[in-house]
Amino acid sequence: MKIRFIDAEAPPASRIFENLAAGHGDHPLDRYLKKGRIPHIWCSGCGNGILLAAFVKAMEKGNFDTKKTVVVSGIGCIGRAAGYLDLDTYHTTHGRAIPFATGLKLANPKLNVVVISGDGDLFAIGGNHFIHAARRNVDITVICSNNFNYGMTGGQGGPTTPLESKTTTTPYGCSEHPFNLVYLAKASGAVYVARWTALHTHELRDSIIHSVNKPGFCFVEAITPCPTAHGRRNKLGDGLSMMKSYRDNSVLTTELDPEETAIGLKGKIAVGEFVDIDKPTFMDMYDECAICRANAPKKSKKS
Amino acid sequence: MSGDEACAEGGMAAGCSFFAGYPITPATEVAERMSIRLPQVGGVYIQMEDEIASMAAIIGASCAGAKAMTSTSGPGFSLMMENIGLAAMLEVPCVVVNIQRGGPSTGLPTLVGQQDVMQCRWGSHGDYEVIALSPDSPQEAFELTIEAFNLSEKYRTPVVLLSDEVVGHMTEKVIIPDSKKIKTVSRKLPKKKPENFIPYAHEEDDVPPMAIAGEGYHVHATGLTHDELGYPAINADAQERLVQRLIRKIRNHVEEIIRTEDAFLDDAEIILVSYGCSARAAREVVETARADGMKIGMIRLITVWPFCERKISELAALERVKKFVVCEINAGQIAYEVERCAGGKAETILAGFMGGRIFTPEELYRVVREAAE
Repeated sequence: MKIRFIDAEAPPASRIFENLAAGHGDHPLDRYLKKGRIPHIWCSGCGNGILLAAFVKAMEKGNFDTKKTVVVSGIGCIGRAAGYLDLDTYHTTHGRAIPFATGLKLANPKLNVVVISGDGDLFAIGGNHFIHAARRNVDITVICSNNFNYGMTGGQGGPTTPLESKTTTTPYGCSEHPFNLVYLAKASGAVYVARWTALHTHELRDSIIHSVNKPGFCFVEAITPCPTAHGRRNKLGDGLSMMKSYRDNSVLTTELDPEETAIGLKGKIAVGEFVDIDKPTFMDMYDECAICRANAPKKSKKS
Repeated sequence: MSGDEACAEGGMAAGCSFFAGYPITPATEVAERMSIRLPQVGGVYIQMEDEIASMAAIIGASCAGAKAMTSTSGPGFSLMMENIGLAAMLEVPCVVVNIQRGGPSTGLPTLVGQQDVMQCRWGSHGDYEVIALSPDSPQEAFELTIEAFNLSEKYRTPVVLLSDEVVGHMTEKVIIPDSKKIKTVSRKLPKKKPENFIPYAHEEDDVPPMAIAGEGYHVHATGLTHDELGYPAINADAQERLVQRLIRKIRNHVEEIIRTEDAFLDDAEIILVSYGCSARAAREVVETARADGMKIGMIRLITVWPFCERKISELAALERVKKFVVCEINAGQIAYEVERCAGGKAETILAGFMGGRIFTPEELYRVVREAAE
């Protein structure tokens, strides 16, 4: 067979870097963002930009080594966050950010590996990976932007969609019980579990710093407004109104049992740090159980 | 040792330091051997929650600089397809061992098949090229696993070691040479400084150097169609440039990649085409038929993908070559490739077996004798 593809020549290197730096550096935190990547793709009123800003502020305040900090994301609106950060970043397949991050971390334990992804990605298609990484206590941080629906595909119901909530695939109201992510993370074995909303920018930042510095599987849930899809269909108002509802309904608590922290369509949102314990990580145990024993001098038969 | 264990030893000899897998017959022995061997050299063995995660983990590990592999069989291979596409798109070197069993579905967990050949070539969605090698003995399983790593590092692409239950579970003597005598290849690393580095620049051989996580290059790798910087570029121009290069980097090097074992092609009128465990029976048939005065030859595919198109076309064009007899344990996979390349100039006959056992040389000989009549 004679093959004739359409001509496709790569641009010269000089053109690749052209205009990339335009406007870059105007903001002091631009140094954490890749040149030429802003503006981002998110809708006005979306909380993903706030979450990205919280992460960048955590990098600055926590003095993270940009050379050793790696961000992995899955698919969905927040999945694009990885591509904006001026770090080694990996935008993987739907649901698979956590096992990809597991490989990165175990192959080079010196890296700080952070997964930033959404509720559908991490808890529907990727739910199995989440519980197993938490069980193993792999030393990674998972940050979930929870907007209660699939925004990228136009607002379908998902694993965190509250009962009675309207989405494009639950037009009569959601009839499925949602996951309570705080409770799930705790039950799966996470050593640190926190929940904040997009309004709690400082708390989010500090929880991210704590998680990255803490050995073991840490989970931070960020309740994020999606006025374009979830908010609109449930008459929750614009982005600002949704943020106001977070202010009115958030209840800061460390006392509450994670089982009691479920979120409904409206009503109170329990926020705070719910788990902060110490436990040997996967690598601690692997070193002790496998590497040390495999390399221990063999006992001679004569004693 | 067994073919499965030889795969694991081949991985160790190639410098593999990361294995992620999930138990599955008849490939479990690869994982078991790795769980013993990797901790001895400070490497990581991890049993993941499924084959999807195993594939994702080896890609992640490879991005962190490790040589990484996994092993599985049909049902697990199906689950790996998603992230084999990711490895092709991100251009991440890694090795997937598939010890084929009979299918479809759960099929014959403990018995042989060679039914994943086309899945190996086309299983993940979209256009990409794949390299697959098929050993016919434990010794070759050892050698080709090293070769699989070398090719994957050289071309920045996933490579499949397409073995089968018979070779995987057969025990033969395996000679492991001194490590100094084993040729290993490592991926090209960036020579430029991070600020001047273009992660997916078009190099002469179409294989760009690979920046490793944690080295300060701040690369972005995405499964989305991306431009030379690695940034998402959702447009036809970027798609054309990227996918053409992914295809070209293999297709332009097929002559270097493809290996076959040929016998009696100088005067053959009938040519047996086979691979993996099937080739062991085919080899005996060639000897018997030759002794009976038949002008028969044989091609054993060591490289299954990319397929040896040119060799088949050239042989088919010869006046004396009348027929190709393709023997494989499936309902016709490589046979279609042979027929395509023969282009009507020589007849193609499939000696197909559905799996569960390896056919006997007598059974195959009957097909060859009919072809000769």
